[in-house]
Amino acid sequence: MTTFVARRLLFMLPVALLVSFVTFMLIHLVPGDPARVLLGEEATPQSVAALRQQLGLDRPLGVQYGLWLWQAIHGNLGESIQLQQPVIQAIWQRLPVTIELGVASLIFSVALAVPLGVMAATNPNGRLDWLVNVTSLLGTAIPSFVLGLLLILVFAVFIRIFPPGGYVPFSEDPLGNLRDLVLPAVALGVGAVAVNLRQVRTSMLEVLHEDYIRTAWAKGLRPRQVNYRHALRNALMPLLTIVGLQVGAILAGTFVIETIFLWPGIGALTIQSIFSKDYPVVQGVVLLAALSYMAVNLFVDIGYRVLDPRVSYGK
Amino acid sequence: MANNTRRALSFRKLWARMHFFPGRLDGISFAQQPDFPGEADIAVSSAGGPLPTLLDLEVSAGARKAALPVRVLKEVREDPRWLFSIVLAVLVGVAIFAPWVAPYDPLAYHPAIAAQPPTLAHPFGTDSLGRDQLSRVIYGTRISLSVGVLSILIGGSIGTLFGLIGGYFKGWVDQIFTIIVDALLAFPSLILALAIAASLGTSIANLVIALAVVRIPIYARLARGQVLQLQGLDYVSAARASGTRTRKILFNHVLPNITSPLLVQATISISFAILDESVLSYLGLGSQPPTPEWGTMINEAQTYLFTDPWMMLGPALAIVVTVLSLNLFGDALRDRLDPRSWTGLSIRTRQ
Repeated sequence: MTTFVARRLLFMLPVALLVSFVTFMLIHLVPGDPARVLLGEEATPQSVAALRQQLGLDRPLGVQYGLWLWQAIHGNLGESIQLQQPVIQAIWQRLPVTIELGVASLIFSVALAVPLGVMAATNPNGRLDWLVNVTSLLGTAIPSFVLGLLLILVFAVFIRIFPPGGYVPFSEDPLGNLRDLVLPAVALGVGAVAVNLRQVRTSMLEVLHEDYIRTAWAKGLRPRQVNYRHALRNALMPLLTIVGLQVGAILAGTFVIETIFLWPGIGALTIQSIFSKDYPVVQGVVLLAALSYMAVNLFVDIGYRVLDPRVSYGK
Repeated sequence: MANNTRRALSFRKLWARMHFFPGRLDGISFAQQPDFPGEADIAVSSAGGPLPTLLDLEVSAGARKAALPVRVLKEVREDPRWLFSIVLAVLVGVAIFAPWVAPYDPLAYHPAIAAQPPTLAHPFGTDSLGRDQLSRVIYGTRISLSVGVLSILIGGSIGTLFGLIGGYFKGWVDQIFTIIVDALLAFPSLILALAIAASLGTSIANLVIALAVVRIPIYARLARGQVLQLQGLDYVSAARASGTRTRKILFNHVLPNITSPLLVQATISISFAILDESVLSYLGLGSQPPTPEWGTMINEAQTYLFTDPWMMLGPALAIVVTVLSLNLFGDALRDRLDPRSWTGLSIRTRQ
C-alpha cells in the first residue's frame, strides 16, 4: 500500500511539473507584451518597464519560470493587480463559498442518482426506467447556464420561493445561506446527476447478472437486501471514479454558476480577473484547480484500492 | 445475440467499402481474410477493386436480398436513435444554407419591433434591438457546428498522432507523450479551455484552439490503447518484417484499423465541444456581439430574463437539440460499431 502511494506520487511529480509549466506559460500566450496589455494603450514606457520588472518579464524565460515555481512552492502565487492583495489570500478568502457550492452539488447528484439508478435497474424498461433515461439524456444536453437561468425564472420569478441570486455566509444567517444554496447547487449538479444515474443504472444491471447475486436470491434474501446490500456495494465502485472525475467538471461549473447567481467565490473571481486582465489570479486559480483535481483523483485511486482489494495496479 | 452479430458484420462490410482500405475489415480476425495484407495486396486491390473476403462471399450468397431503403427502414425501426441523424442532417443543411433558410437578416436592427414575444412572423420573437431571433439562431448553427467539428478535427488529429506514436514506439517516447497527456488531463478541461481562450484573446479562431487542446488527451489515450492491441497482430509484424517504413505502417496499416472507435468518440466529443463553446461564448470569451452565436445570444437575453424570458428560448432550444441529437446518434453509432460495449436503452434482464 505504502509503495503504491509512493509510486503514484513519484509518477505525479513530472506531471505536476509540466502542469505548473503550462500554467506559467499562460501569461506568455497573451499576444504582444503582457505588461503593455495589462496597463492598456495609454501607459507610459516607464510604467510598462516597471511592471515588466515587477512581473519579472525582463528576464530569460527559464529564469522566470524557475523563480515563479520556487515562489509557488512556497505558497506565493504573486500579487493580484486588481485587488492589490496576494493571489493566495484572494483565493483563500473565497474558498469556503466555492467549496460549499461544489460539495452541495456533488452530494445532491449522488443522493439523487443512487436510489433512482437502483430503482431503474431493478425494474428495467419500466416507467421509472424510461423517466431515468430521459432525465439523464436531457441532463447531459442542457448547459448549466441555461438550467440556472430556467431555475431562476421558475423558482424566483414565477413562484417566488428562492432568491434569484446572492450569498449570505452560513455563520451570519444559516437558513438564508441554505436558501441561497438550493438553486445554484441544483443548476450545477444536474449534469452530474445525469452522468451518475446512467453509471449507477449500468453497473447495477451488470452486477445483477453476477453469480453471487443469484446465490443471494437462492438463499432466500429479501429483494431489498439483495439489491442494496449485495449488489449496490459493488455497483458503486465505478461511481467513485466518475465522481472523482466530476470534481473537475463541478469546479469548472462553479465559474459559470457563481457568475449567474452572484456568489462571491473563486469562479466569479476568476471570470472577473479574466476581464480585468489580472493574469496572476487566473494563473493561481488554474494551478490550484489542476493540483487539487490531481489530488482528488489520487485519493480516488487509493480509495479504490482500499475498498476493493481485488484491484491491483501494475506489476 | 446471433442476430446482433450478423447485423454488426453487415454494417462492417458497408464500412469497409467506405474505408481508405478496400477489402480490409476492422475488428475481424485476419484469418478470415484470404491473404496477408501487405504491400502486394494494395497493388492487387487498387488494380482490381476490393478483394473479396470470406464475409463478402457469405453475404453475396445469402443476405443480399433486401433493397437499401428497406434495410434502412428496418434499422431505424430496431433502433429509433438513428432518426436523430435526420435532425443532424437538417442542422448541417441549415448551417450551410443559412442565407437562404433564414427569413431575415440576422444583423438588421428594427427598433420598432424590439423585444417582441414569439409571433408567426418571428417564431422565436425578436431581441432587444428588433433582430429576428430565428434568423440569428440559424446563423448561430454555422458557428457552433463549425467550431465543434473543427476543434475535434484538430484536437483529434493531434491526439491520435500522439497515441499512434507513443503506442507504436513505446519506451521513452511513449513515456514523454504519456506525461504530456497526463498533464493535460490534470486540468479540468473547461478551466484549461477558459484560461487558453482568455490568454489568447477573444476570437472564434482562439476558441477553436482552446477547445482543440483540451480534447487531445482523450484521443491520445484511445489511439494508444488501440495501437497496443493491434501491435501483437501478425499483419503488423509482417509489415515490419518485410521492411515497410514506419510511417507507412502507422498510417496505412494501423490507423485505418482504429478508425471506428475514434469516429464514435468524435461524434460524442463534438457535442461536448459545442457545449463548451456555448459556455465560453456565454461568459464572453468566444465570439463577440453582434455575431449571432447561441451562448452570446443567451447572455444578451439574460438581461431581459425578468421581463421577456422567451428571448432565450430559441438559442437554448438550439443547443439542447443539437447536443441531444449528437449524443443519441453517437450512442447508436457506438452500439453498432462495437456491440460489446452497449449500454443501450433496452437491456435484457433477469426475469
